[in-house]
Amino acid sequence: MRTFRRAALLACTAVTIMGAAPARAADVTVEYWMWDGNQAPIYRQCADRFEADNPGIKIHITQDSWDNYWTTLNTAFVAGTAPDVFVNHITRFPEFLANDILADLTPRIAADTYDMGSYLPGLAENWNKDAHQWGLPKNWDTVALVYNKAMLADAGVTEDEMRDLDWNPENGGSFGKVVARLTVDRNGKHGLDPGFDKSKVAVYGWATDPVDGYGQNQWSFLAASAGFKYISQRWGTTYEYDSPALVKTLTWLHDLASKQGYAIGQENLGNLKAVALFSAGKVALVPDGSWMIAAYRDNAKADFGFAPVPKGPDGRRSMFNGLADSIWSGSKHKDEAWKWVKYLGGSACQTLVGASGVVFPARPEADRTAEAAYRAKGLNVSAFTMVATPATTFPFPITDHSSEISAILKTAVENVMLGQGKPAQILKNANDQVDGMF
Amino acid sequence: MAAKTRVVTRAGRRRREAIAGLLFVAPATVGFLAFYLLPTVRAFQISLTDWSLLRAPNVVGLANYRRMIGDPAFWHSAWVTLTYVLYNIPLQTALGLLLAVLSDRLARSVALRAVIIAPYLMSNVVAGLVWMLLLDPILGLTNAWLAHVGLPRQGFLSSPDEAMASVAAISIWRNTGLTALLFYAGLQAIPKHLYEAARLEGADEWSMFRRITLPLLRPVLAFVLVTSLVGSFQVFDVIAVTTEGGPAQSTRAILWYIYENAFKFHKMGYASAISVTLFSVLILVTLLQMRLLRADHSDLD
Repeated sequence: MRTFRRAALLACTAVTIMGAAPARAADVTVEYWMWDGNQAPIYRQCADRFEADNPGIKIHITQDSWDNYWTTLNTAFVAGTAPDVFVNHITRFPEFLANDILADLTPRIAADTYDMGSYLPGLAENWNKDAHQWGLPKNWDTVALVYNKAMLADAGVTEDEMRDLDWNPENGGSFGKVVARLTVDRNGKHGLDPGFDKSKVAVYGWATDPVDGYGQNQWSFLAASAGFKYISQRWGTTYEYDSPALVKTLTWLHDLASKQGYAIGQENLGNLKAVALFSAGKVALVPDGSWMIAAYRDNAKADFGFAPVPKGPDGRRSMFNGLADSIWSGSKHKDEAWKWVKYLGGSACQTLVGASGVVFPARPEADRTAEAAYRAKGLNVSAFTMVATPATTFPFPITDHSSEISAILKTAVENVMLGQGKPAQILKNANDQVDGMF
Repeated sequence: MAAKTRVVTRAGRRRREAIAGLLFVAPATVGFLAFYLLPTVRAFQISLTDWSLLRAPNVVGLANYRRMIGDPAFWHSAWVTLTYVLYNIPLQTALGLLLAVLSDRLARSVALRAVIIAPYLMSNVVAGLVWMLLLDPILGLTNAWLAHVGLPRQGFLSSPDEAMASVAAISIWRNTGLTALLFYAGLQAIPKHLYEAARLEGADEWSMFRRITLPLLRPVLAFVLVTSLVGSFQVFDVIAVTTEGGPAQSTRAILWYIYENAFKFHKMGYASAISVTLFSVLILVTLLQMRLLRADHSDLD
């Protein structure tokens, strides 16, 4: 027993010494948590510059995988050991807000006359409720089409054509035709050729990730281009999943697979996602988010390019979403934390992040650096940046109860895409169930 | 005088033995109290609150239990779990028994037994990942093979009609080896002279199996059934890796639903209420099984 106690005492001393070593007695350490391993080294560079500018404040960055990140963060909030500053995601934001997890940044923004207008329009608004700001924008993402250049050439589709596609839920427009032309059966016949055999498709013209309730990189850009809105306004209390635009869009997508054989149907989409199907050469055209650019670069063996999402009856539309840095309401160093958050959201750090060519930063001047960095890696990403305007984007549907709502909507959209019942009825039932939660 | 000393010594020895005995069971008892009893009591406490994980809980009485009875998603998950158990238990037990008897009666090779137990050495998560790749509708090896022999493509984990059967198949693939090994150990306890006698009487393999092997294996059978039944009611990791309750909630088993409520919907109180209910049902099922199979008796005595 005594040996054990002595060992424990020794261990404690060791921990204290190790913990105290890097910081001076008066130093404040701001804990910062994030999940993206690709970006952690870049943020360490930001932290080094910040520490040089702010003697007395140290930044300690902890990075963890996406799943672990949220579980650890949740338990840390309860245990009182959460980080002062953490990377926040829009799907978690309503729950955190409802549970008083976040510190209100509004008074600090006002006191410092911090310019919220220096971000791309629409990004800061995602983190605002009732004129209170709960996070500073960090980066953004949009959706574009990814095409296989060789398959495009084989079908006689030009890259110029790809930049100007239109779509409608009645006949699919030129987008629908391109998808058909890109589909090839085992006899080498393309989708519009006479004698095309839809039961023996070798390369599909279209595939997406397995669908979820919001369809960010699967169906939302088509539905929105047909006039569909998830909710009437941010923090609304009624959803619009029973809208004819959504019913028609999902029906068109379902028929594209099951009736025409040009797309991989939901029942054949495994967990490996669109990027795996595209890389394996099983599909010629897929939609995906800008956060996947690196995954295509690393996995696709064939030459590929990006094209903007097609223009629908209501224009060209992509979801516009992004991350933010938030301060924990229980932080003991809120003043230092705010300095760090300001630095993260400022031009210097965001330009540094942009230069790494991994994400699109929330500030326009940093985005130009990012585009150049992507170009230096041989990637033309204009299909993603050209739609990052208020007229060509729509926000993530942010409301209360978002996690439960997302589960209900996912099941409904899955059922529609699997052909399990009448689409209008399935979506109406789900919408009623969701509206009933408010 | 001499007799008295002996009595004292015997009493002293008994006390010393009792202390030694208590010391031997102490680690297990401490573990049981700290890691089983305490969490169970806590779960019951939490089930009477509206704890969200992020806020201080309020006591709400039996509201969570009332809500559970009226929650169609709960009943759906209970039904989904039951179908999994019905796929899993009969097949796994029958296959395990078959493998054990075959390797006992025909080929008593150590290498063969090692091969049979091999899948069990893999964690459920790894087994789930491997099978997720193999069963992928477009990219998986299984469908490539099906196409080769002229069979149509199957959705497996991506099809709501086949997903639960696929999850059960993965579990069976992984667990049959262990079941077989347990049965094999049970078979070694059956005296060989019974078989010799039966063979002299002209009995065939089937009737020997039915009249000797099966009745004498009953305690092992009871153990295997109880543990695998409780285990399959708690199916979670394969689902978490391969389907996450989908497609269209066809694999939303009860433990997955508990997990969703606790860590996705932030309803710890409600999740605990379902856990406590599952716990009680499993205790009842276990007691019933032990009773029906007379697990504490062997026909060998």
